[in-house]
Amino acid sequence: MTIASSGPREALIAAPVVAPPTTTPPARRRTRLTRNRWGYAYVAPFFLVFGCFSLFPFLYTAWVSLHETSLSNIDGGTWVGLENYRNLLQSEFFWNAARNTLTIGILATVPQLCMALGLAHLLNYKLRHRTFFRTVMLMPYATSIAAATLVFAQIFGRDYGLINAVLEGVGLERIDWEGGTWTSQLAIATIVTWRWTGYNALIYLAAMQSIPGELYEAAEMDGASRWRQFLHVTIPALRPTILFTVIVSTIGAVQLFGEPLLFSGNGTTNGGTSNQYQTLGLLMYQQGWSNFHIGQAAATAWAMFLIILVIVGAAAVVGRLRARADR
Amino acid sequence: MATLTLPGRSAPTEPPRAPVRRRRGRGGKSASAGPVAYTLLTLSALVSIFPLYWTLVAGSHTNAEIAATPPPFLPDASLFENMGRALEEAPIGLAILNSVIVAGSITVGTVLFCTLAGFAFAKLRFRGRGLLLALVVGTMMVPTQLAVIPLFMMIAELQWVNHLQAVILPTLVSAFGVFFMRQYLVSALPDELLEAGRVDGASTFRVFRSIVLPAARPAMAVLAMLTFLTAWNEFFWPIIALTNSNPTVQVALAGLGSGYVPQRSVIMAGTLLGTVPVLVVFAVLGKQIVGGIMQGAVKG
Repeated sequence: MTIASSGPREALIAAPVVAPPTTTPPARRRTRLTRNRWGYAYVAPFFLVFGCFSLFPFLYTAWVSLHETSLSNIDGGTWVGLENYRNLLQSEFFWNAARNTLTIGILATVPQLCMALGLAHLLNYKLRHRTFFRTVMLMPYATSIAAATLVFAQIFGRDYGLINAVLEGVGLERIDWEGGTWTSQLAIATIVTWRWTGYNALIYLAAMQSIPGELYEAAEMDGASRWRQFLHVTIPALRPTILFTVIVSTIGAVQLFGEPLLFSGNGTTNGGTSNQYQTLGLLMYQQGWSNFHIGQAAATAWAMFLIILVIVGAAAVVGRLRARADR
Repeated sequence: MATLTLPGRSAPTEPPRAPVRRRRGRGGKSASAGPVAYTLLTLSALVSIFPLYWTLVAGSHTNAEIAATPPPFLPDASLFENMGRALEEAPIGLAILNSVIVAGSITVGTVLFCTLAGFAFAKLRFRGRGLLLALVVGTMMVPTQLAVIPLFMMIAELQWVNHLQAVILPTLVSAFGVFFMRQYLVSALPDELLEAGRVDGASTFRVFRSIVLPAARPAMAVLAMLTFLTAWNEFFWPIIALTNSNPTVQVALAGLGSGYVPQRSVIMAGTLLGTVPVLVVFAVLGKQIVGGIMQGAVKG
């Protein structure tokens, strides 16, 4: 299909010749392309589906959160005002889940992004088997949450898990990974880190490759070591990309759901016997689909969104201030 | 045939940089990797692969064998027996078929609708364009959780619970896809080209079909691969909208994990069954997917 790729280019080269300048004055041509009511027809299919299944539900959740209602009650239910939000703020489960989401989020995001940065740096060397390494690093991203969690749940198992077998092999005690608060959260964070590190590394790598080489030459002439070059050339140049990955990872971390759901191995929404790894996503699902308190679940969903807005806003402000301080 | 143009199209981003890097000598990133770098990279590669390899090992032994100290480190012959039992105990065959239908439809829909909208946002000027585009980009930040409750009420009302269209329709378009296609077309499709088409008397649709679509093909291929992967791995909404009597792969795997299959080695064999198709796709197209993420994800 060479026509596909070379056609437009040929046409482009031929265009000035083909188009007789006298028949259509340039001004009129521009109008025909720039004032185009057909634009609506082209975006219509997208907005039709998007409006029905994303935008409308998103706004309707706010309405639901002000009601006491059940899943079958599409017309609303009983108006309770801010009652659901008041319940939420007074509920120890909410604060517990918020705390867990925060700690798992930090345990998963910070090491993940640091390792991704290091990996990208390594991948940016002149490498043999470059494509092989890049592809292998992305394998975990191609694995699903369900598959990854099932495998890691076995690896972290108390009685027959691989990690405990190794610990015992070197003379250490077995750890009840799922039972403890920190250990279970660490294990869940490990799953997240495993799945996303390679993906973030590739994003960093792409950004690194667009840093002009002259910057490194200049730094080297000034006698900067490899490490200082990384610190003073690479990192500042990557700042927008780092901000982007921080925001995306944060949004992902606040929504964490599948990993804590499947980690226990019995598919309950409690997040462990003492809710030690129940996240906000899991709590919302429990309120709605186990306790059938749909208004409360909607309020929780909105709380999650507000948390995202606050964190993303803070990250953006910090990023902007840092960028200004550098200048 | 169409995919053949892909490497050629994505490659041009690489060569122009190569001389720049070489000129840089020893400094910074241009240096050849030393033994330390290779060791670290190999270790990372092993960490990336090991859990998948362990699935194969654990899935091909009996429970007692995995529990032994030291645990086995090579796959064994029981794999097919365990897979057979997983297929008996969870509807994995049906799940794979469903996932192919779901991920396939979502991919076709997303690529088509997002290319249409991306083209309009990139090249056509109409009132409210900026506002609509801001809307698209802005909602990329909204978590799925926020839409799930009314969405479930809707499909319950339509009696779509446990039907595949409940999973397909809400995911049929993606804001990221529109933005991705727009970014690509803004730079890859010169205005002059479209105007030339117009001068030749082609309608907007004709221009779209014979100029925009061919030009957009590399980006469409990348978007298709990313969409298929994401749709295949989607967990949150399918587990709400479907049950184990008509699952996608992820729902079936969640069922495997939540205890109605007690055998750990059978769980691992089932996980392998549900994961292998997408890993095969990845092995074949991995290079292009990597290229797509390198090109597009930063912009997205």
